[in-house]
Amino acid sequence: MRATIRVYWRLLVAGFRRQSAYLMAAFGGLVANTTFGLLKVAVLFATVRAAGGELEGYDVALMSTYIWVSQGLLGSVNLFGRIDIADRIKDGDVAVDFLRPLDVQAAAITTEVGRSLFNLIPRGIPSVLIGGLVVGMALPDHPTAYLLGAVSIVLGITVSAATVYLMVAAPGFWLVETRGLQILYMVVSGFLAGLFVPIWIFPTWLEVVAQATPFPSMLMYPVDIISGRVDVSGALLLLAVQLAWLAGVGAVGQALTRAGRRHLEVQGG
Amino acid sequence: MGMTDPIIETSGLTREFRVRDTSTGSVQRALKRRTLVAVDELSVRVGPGEAVGYIGANGAGKSTTIKMLTGILVPTRGSVTTCGLRPVQDRRRLARQVGVVFGQRSQLWWDLPVRESFRILAAIHDLSATAEQERTDELVERLEMAEFLGTPVRQLSLGQRMRAEVAAALLHSPRLVILDEPTIGLDVLSKQRLREFLVAERRTHGTTLLLTTHDMGDVERLCDRILVIDRGRLAYDGDLLGLSRTVGAERVLVVDLAEATEDLTGITATRHLASEGHGLRQRLAFDAETTTAARVLAAVSERAEVLDLTVEEPDIEDVVRRIYAARR
Repeated sequence: MRATIRVYWRLLVAGFRRQSAYLMAAFGGLVANTTFGLLKVAVLFATVRAAGGELEGYDVALMSTYIWVSQGLLGSVNLFGRIDIADRIKDGDVAVDFLRPLDVQAAAITTEVGRSLFNLIPRGIPSVLIGGLVVGMALPDHPTAYLLGAVSIVLGITVSAATVYLMVAAPGFWLVETRGLQILYMVVSGFLAGLFVPIWIFPTWLEVVAQATPFPSMLMYPVDIISGRVDVSGALLLLAVQLAWLAGVGAVGQALTRAGRRHLEVQGG
Repeated sequence: MGMTDPIIETSGLTREFRVRDTSTGSVQRALKRRTLVAVDELSVRVGPGEAVGYIGANGAGKSTTIKMLTGILVPTRGSVTTCGLRPVQDRRRLARQVGVVFGQRSQLWWDLPVRESFRILAAIHDLSATAEQERTDELVERLEMAEFLGTPVRQLSLGQRMRAEVAAALLHSPRLVILDEPTIGLDVLSKQRLREFLVAERRTHGTTLLLTTHDMGDVERLCDRILVIDRGRLAYDGDLLGLSRTVGAERVLVVDLAEATEDLTGITATRHLASEGHGLRQRLAFDAETTTAARVLAAVSERAEVLDLTVEEPDIEDVVRRIYAARR
């Protein structure tokens, strides 16, 4: 057990450090996040005001929190569908991964989570600070929201990495080209994760559809918890839902990896 | 397992691939699949501490064999055990005992310093802090890596990267080291260093080596046993001398002479191949079984003053070609 923790901790740190080599790219991302954040402010504030100052529980201040936290998480929660292991499966470098005494799925997800956690520093936190200072936002009134929110963010990041692994990377054991899956993931995930508008202002049927997918667990639920939109018991329920999705997505990914390995015909030398 | 149990043992090991025939533009033919036998009934046994050169043309089945030995690829038929384990089922246990260097694939973390890759691998193989320190120091010294230990992998030269790759594969002191084209693209000095390291590693740790290569120098300096594979079948299993004997590969003596000389024909067990510059440089093929370079040189010196000389070894492609030709 200690050995396992040591390995995955190292891989997490490795992912974190690797990402730190691309600091300029991260700042570029921050500029883009902020720009789109201001755009969302314009559109969603107008929507709330048109609804009479309150829409499905969101007033302008809470909407602002939603906007800036979700923008901040955009650099960390994987809504783009790109993950290193997908390329490694495609070009055969995954052979090297299988030659290590490691669980290939767990190692890939851990490394990805490490990268994502790093991005909270140059993209996540500054994004929230900028939004708070420029536009203002509502903050939760009970301190547990921050603690549970932090746990929920890490879970959300992990669910996203595990889902990209499952939906984009693992099919690569059978398909030669997975770019189509990546694009499909990108189109669907942002929308259903609640990146553009909170899923709670979706029409009911669409809200139900979204909740039947792992996507709200990546972004919507962490934002709900850390913004204080839900109380402690609500937060614990959402955390349980996140954990359930992580377990489900992880288990299917594990099964696909096992089957895929037997199917694997590593290309080239 | 005991010290004398084989490190590698295969019996009737076979791998087939179903491939689409895309050789013609015909859609009907492209939809039909044919079977390609990459490895065909391979039965081989490698004992602990052996150093085996695994050679053959591109596409002969070398990589496919290695993938089956290490559990990356599931055999179609036959059996394989590596370090006493079943490679596919016992993949993770086997990975602790095997180190693999792919000349074309990296096992280092591209954007991290070399040192960091070693630390991650030490954690992966659960080396104790002391073992990690000792082994890293040993490899850094023997492979002369101190100067680039803090450099990100992407900034290394090819020679430096290959040394780091070898160190990465050997960090956990595996019983079996498999090297797939380890010296490809390296300059003479880098090759030399790498070979010396592997020889020393084998001597001090009793490591078993299996290497595929196109470089005769690798085979001569590293291997005491050679396996030649032809269209998936074992075509030769024995030592280097026996291999040259089997194929009758000749060595070539190239002499630079002080003055223009007639063609040096009629020397015992020697064949005149060519003359350049009115006989200033001449090439003589001789059979290493029946004469020596020294004897040929002595015979040449009786007829002309020799200024310089080189001896050309048969290259692997040539040896392989001859073996293949003899089998067809």
